[in-house]
Amino acid sequence: MEPIRKLKSRTVVLPTRDIDTDQVIPARFLTTTTREGLGDALFHDLRFNNDGSDNPGFPLNKAEAQGCEFLVAGNNFGCGSSREHAPWALLDYGFRAVISTAFADIFKNNSLKNQLLPIIIDVDTHNWLLANPGVELNIDVEQSTLTLPDGRVARYPIDSFARFCLTQGIDQLGYLQRQLDDIEAFEGGRSWNP
Amino acid sequence: MPGARTLFERVWADHVVVPESADTPAILYIDLHLIHEVTTPQAFSLLRDRGLGVRRPDLTLATMDHSTPTTPVASFRDLEIVGESAANQIRQMEENCRDFGIDLLGFDSDQRGIVHVIGPELGASQPGKTIVCGDSHTSTHGAFGALAFGIGTTEVGHVLATQCLLQRRPKTLAVNLDGGLPEGVSAKDIILTIIGQIGVDGGTGHVIEFRGAAISALDMDARMTICNMSIEAGARAGMIAPDDTTYEYLEGRPRVPQGEAWEQALRRWQVLQSDDDAEFDKTVTIDASAMQPMVTFGTNPGMVVGVNDPVPDGSGDASFRKALDYMQVVPGKPMSANPVDVVFVGSCTNGRLSDLQQAAAVLEGRRVADGVRMLVVPGSQQVKQRAEALGLHRIFTAAGAEWRESGCSMCLGMNGDTVGNGQLSVSTSNRNFEGRQGIGARTVLASPATAAASAVQGYVADPRKLP
Repeated sequence: MEPIRKLKSRTVVLPTRDIDTDQVIPARFLTTTTREGLGDALFHDLRFNNDGSDNPGFPLNKAEAQGCEFLVAGNNFGCGSSREHAPWALLDYGFRAVISTAFADIFKNNSLKNQLLPIIIDVDTHNWLLANPGVELNIDVEQSTLTLPDGRVARYPIDSFARFCLTQGIDQLGYLQRQLDDIEAFEGGRSWNP
Repeated sequence: MPGARTLFERVWADHVVVPESADTPAILYIDLHLIHEVTTPQAFSLLRDRGLGVRRPDLTLATMDHSTPTTPVASFRDLEIVGESAANQIRQMEENCRDFGIDLLGFDSDQRGIVHVIGPELGASQPGKTIVCGDSHTSTHGAFGALAFGIGTTEVGHVLATQCLLQRRPKTLAVNLDGGLPEGVSAKDIILTIIGQIGVDGGTGHVIEFRGAAISALDMDARMTICNMSIEAGARAGMIAPDDTTYEYLEGRPRVPQGEAWEQALRRWQVLQSDDDAEFDKTVTIDASAMQPMVTFGTNPGMVVGVNDPVPDGSGDASFRKALDYMQVVPGKPMSANPVDVVFVGSCTNGRLSDLQQAAAVLEGRRVADGVRMLVVPGSQQVKQRAEALGLHRIFTAAGAEWRESGCSMCLGMNGDTVGNGQLSVSTSNRNFEGRQGIGARTVLASPATAAASAVQGYVADPRKLP
């Protein structure tokens, strides 16, 4: 994995709260057996009309949204299904970070394992971002900060281990495999066996 | 008392391989890994890429449920009905399980079914275990006093390769249900009431323990319905302390210990309780005696209302109004004003035998209303067999409902069982998200009895008030 230390991009805004992973990627696209190409299915039923044409009212379809790598979304983004296809689709489409006031647990975990940043910010900063789509932001992963265009800096919470893995490009499976001695000792020392 | 612990803390402590620190999460051992065809192919590919095996195939149990057809299938020749990519996914699951030495309860097994129905049914889901699956409704198994939660595909790979997960310890939330549940109100109504009260993010970061007289009085099927939907409140997991009801359910099932080992297990399970003075990070108390049949009116499971009560107006909140527009429901009117197109009874939430019995009790001697399509999909092949032994299938088909093979089916519409664009579905499943049951589908979540009553009336209906 490549380390991620600093990101800079403009934002696109989806103000709705409780955007669930069925909306991020509908279940009928989950019959795939790979993780590639899911960007085409991202927000499919919101992005496209029933005849397959673009829904011009959807924020991602606006000209100014092209190339934006930061998605600003309403509270509690990613609730519902555990499908990792949700962060895969967001990444494949080109997003590097999702910014909201809260994320569902499984979505947040899945995102961090795929180097998609779930950035949790305070309500005031969030409201400002909702009201000002398209602004350019800087994210410093090592400092856990989000810098607004006027220089205001918002610190965001992130698990220290997740941050370490992101900034060092650490693969968590490799980390777990290095604990194999402890795992074997645990199995050998249990008072019962499953 | 120092050292007082919650049920969750007991199970957690029993599985910590390496404790967490400020810089590193805990390494948590997993006792049972349930896998299905949708969230595992990329994990198996990772194992292949790295030349890794499955560390504990004996603790891994596989089935196929999400993309499988529910119309009777005798062989793979029939699989084109679900589409080429689903058929490919199913074939790959067979191949992966064969190559990695994992037990697969596949098409040829009469133990196949929805992963959260078969784990308990086979007795694999037991008190005190850690149970994970690449599926958010893994919280179901917490009904046995297990710590059970959904994970993503990357984590599925971690468990396959190491039988462990990197985890931060979640917080605890006690939901106390005092009072007795009124007649005609079911487990689904309880959990919908709870989610309506604490919200779809009310449990985020927490493991819920459901407690109190109204919980103790429930059978295991009902407890599973409640724990199943913990995730719809955002919770990491839901748990209920094991008791005699739990042990009676488990005794004699194929994968529980037998003989002396059963006695030992019972002794181990009996201490799996929260101490009286154990502290929870949060506590919520709800009066069960005031509960009534509940239905959803919006596009998440927290948007619920009593079946006869007026839909609220949301006070100008844009997300709320968007949900009402999608659902085409009118604030101020009850949900019973809405005509129904489709009724679905099934899913990991309400696809067990007692759920089918509750629906059948309503349908017996009655007919599904003209123009309503009703689908009854048992949660597993075992549920199907037991239902047929009781003659339930005849009640359903005589009423005009379709009786199917087991699977996730119309809960998420992956297998071709979908609700049409704009149609209103009264569904015993767990999610009323936009498009969940099909593009443009409008889902109303309800109990099996409410769903069946709605099928009969042709409108969203209170099962206690059927003529």
